[in-house]
Amino acid sequence: MTVMEQRGAYRPTPPPAWQPRTDPAPLLPDAEPYRVLGTEAAAQADPELLRRLYAQLVRGRRYNVQATALTKQGRLAVYPSSTGQEACEVAAALALQERDWLFPSYRDTLAVVARGVDPVQALTLLRGDWHTGYDPYEHRVAPLSTPLATQLPHAVGLAHAARLKGDDVVALAMVGDGGTSEGDFHEALNFAAVWQAPVVFLVQNNGFAISVPLAKQTAAPSLAHKAVGYGMPGRLVDGNDAAAVHEVLADAVRHAREGGGPTLVEAVTYRIEAHTNADDATRYRGDAEVETWRDHDPIQLLERELTERGLLDEDAKSAARDAAEAMAADLRARMNQDATLDPMDLFSHVYAEPTPQLREQRDLLRAELEAEQEGAH
Amino acid sequence: MTTVALKPATMAQALTRALRDAMAADPSVHVLGEDVGTLGGVFRVTDGLAAEFGEDRCTDTPLAEAGILGTAVGMAMYGLRPVVEMQFDAFAYPAFEQLISHVARMRNRTRGRMPLPITVRVPYGGGIGGVEHHSDSSEAYYMATPGLHVVTPATVADAYGLLRAAIASDDPVVVLEPKRLYWSKDSWNPEEPQSVEPIGRAAVRRPGRSATLITYGPSVPVCLEAAEAARAEGWDLEVVDLRSLVPFDDETVCASVRRTGRAVVVHESGSFGGPGGEIAARVTERCFHHLEAPVLRVAGFDIPYPPPMLERHHLPGVDRILDAVARLQWEAEN
Repeated sequence: MTVMEQRGAYRPTPPPAWQPRTDPAPLLPDAEPYRVLGTEAAAQADPELLRRLYAQLVRGRRYNVQATALTKQGRLAVYPSSTGQEACEVAAALALQERDWLFPSYRDTLAVVARGVDPVQALTLLRGDWHTGYDPYEHRVAPLSTPLATQLPHAVGLAHAARLKGDDVVALAMVGDGGTSEGDFHEALNFAAVWQAPVVFLVQNNGFAISVPLAKQTAAPSLAHKAVGYGMPGRLVDGNDAAAVHEVLADAVRHAREGGGPTLVEAVTYRIEAHTNADDATRYRGDAEVETWRDHDPIQLLERELTERGLLDEDAKSAARDAAEAMAADLRARMNQDATLDPMDLFSHVYAEPTPQLREQRDLLRAELEAEQEGAH
Repeated sequence: MTTVALKPATMAQALTRALRDAMAADPSVHVLGEDVGTLGGVFRVTDGLAAEFGEDRCTDTPLAEAGILGTAVGMAMYGLRPVVEMQFDAFAYPAFEQLISHVARMRNRTRGRMPLPITVRVPYGGGIGGVEHHSDSSEAYYMATPGLHVVTPATVADAYGLLRAAIASDDPVVVLEPKRLYWSKDSWNPEEPQSVEPIGRAAVRRPGRSATLITYGPSVPVCLEAAEAARAEGWDLEVVDLRSLVPFDDETVCASVRRTGRAVVVHESGSFGGPGGEIAARVTERCFHHLEAPVLRVAGFDIPYPPPMLERHHLPGVDRILDAVARLQWEAEN
């Protein structure tokens, strides 16, 4: 006899006013990740959009390869590669309108670049020469967030503020599978649902939070299921299927813009490289697993679809490759230039006006620098 | 010259007035927090704001401090001026990551492109018989975080002026409201409330010649009482109310100590790693040759905030302050 059966005699009286506020059924994600490529749904996809996605995927992959190489040359302090996850990154940027906002996490440099931020500026944090190298207002991209999930409530607040001002702006906030365990994830989703804020949460479930696999991260049937408890729809999508990710995100963005409130999208993908160049992935996963995901590569999936449907010929492919190569060459050349930093900037932006205490410290540093200069002569 | 009708007003009323005036003057000012709307806050500081300005401007949020401050960050990014209420000092701790990792450093991180004009109101300190987690003095944590301004009023007029200044600031300001002074009254003209000097200026509340009591917030009235009591002993104590912990007004504090030659720092917060150590060190570094005695600290004990029945033993009172003043008649041991 189970404990529940022993307690079978107990029949709680429902509290008088209780009734479910929402029917959870329409909020529940599908059992299988949604796919477009290789299915009949692909026929509905806009060929022009698919070609744009393809060019961006090729460019994104090249960017990942180039940035990883730059870490080996000591030009980047660290680079968390998104190789294998390019479809999520690219679709995230392309699902937004110009007036919308993107809230990236530290692995989302590609989404930032796809949004229009200069490739070198997007690496400023990871290069170590200052923190945010780009103006967040120029392309409406928040700074890359290193603490996990803490940027999600920012997205909610910004979207809420935009709505209060009467602007139909949507915020897209990106987080990893590990980030869904953080308290800020919970608080952000709850606020967004209560306020019906125009936010889309994109979880890139790439299988691991550094070394900890998803099974040790959550007991939920899927991360998309987490949406239901907050009263928002959860959507599960194949994160390597660029067309599917774009379609689901674009739907969620449209839904938010029309006043429908937030959506949680889980994109199932895989991190082909280690967490960063400082990580040894062989300690927690086998080559065989990585190989199965290489066979489900986002670029190959899209390329196969486009080629079979006669939407991509050799010229188009080589044009995409050439554009990516030119971007990489430019990135390499500019990253190989030494950054010029002014130490006095350390005090420039702590407050609108430096405090008297900071002014004293600024004078100390200036004197030290002058002494260094004199010593050099 | 117009005659100003002074009426007794409480600090809580002055804070309410400050919020109302700020919201009326600037439509981008939004108040948010737990219970700030219909209830008007557990201390009634936001009383009437939701009715006057609507629930979009004075918003009851879900009960989640990190969420309250985190969403305020996004609101500030979009051009609003959020004023956040953390219901009690110790309830603010879940929001510390947002405060330290984002609020305090967004301006610096973005090289000035994304300043965050957020005001964080924190009712703090003991003496109201609150149970655990309702009486902490958390100022040292805020002071230790670069990028934040930290102010704490001790008078009704300052409560109004400092809160208005905080809301007007383009930088994040933590306003520590001494909750046991919420009901303290003063003659104040609510029809013509005055602004204060820019954030960062201390005020000499009582001039004196024998020694300086350096204090702030809830300890200011205690120090003034101690100064009155000290007259019987022949001591003429000066009382400096810091008003702003960050930036720190070295100028006013050191001018006072150079005049008196002796100083005691008084606060409720614990002594070890507390604000008094920083203040004593600053005074010593700047006034060493003027000092007749070491700078002393009268602070709360280095214990978790005690239960209400014992808090009177913990809080610095007049006698403990006078004992310290007596020790200032210091003579070097050989």
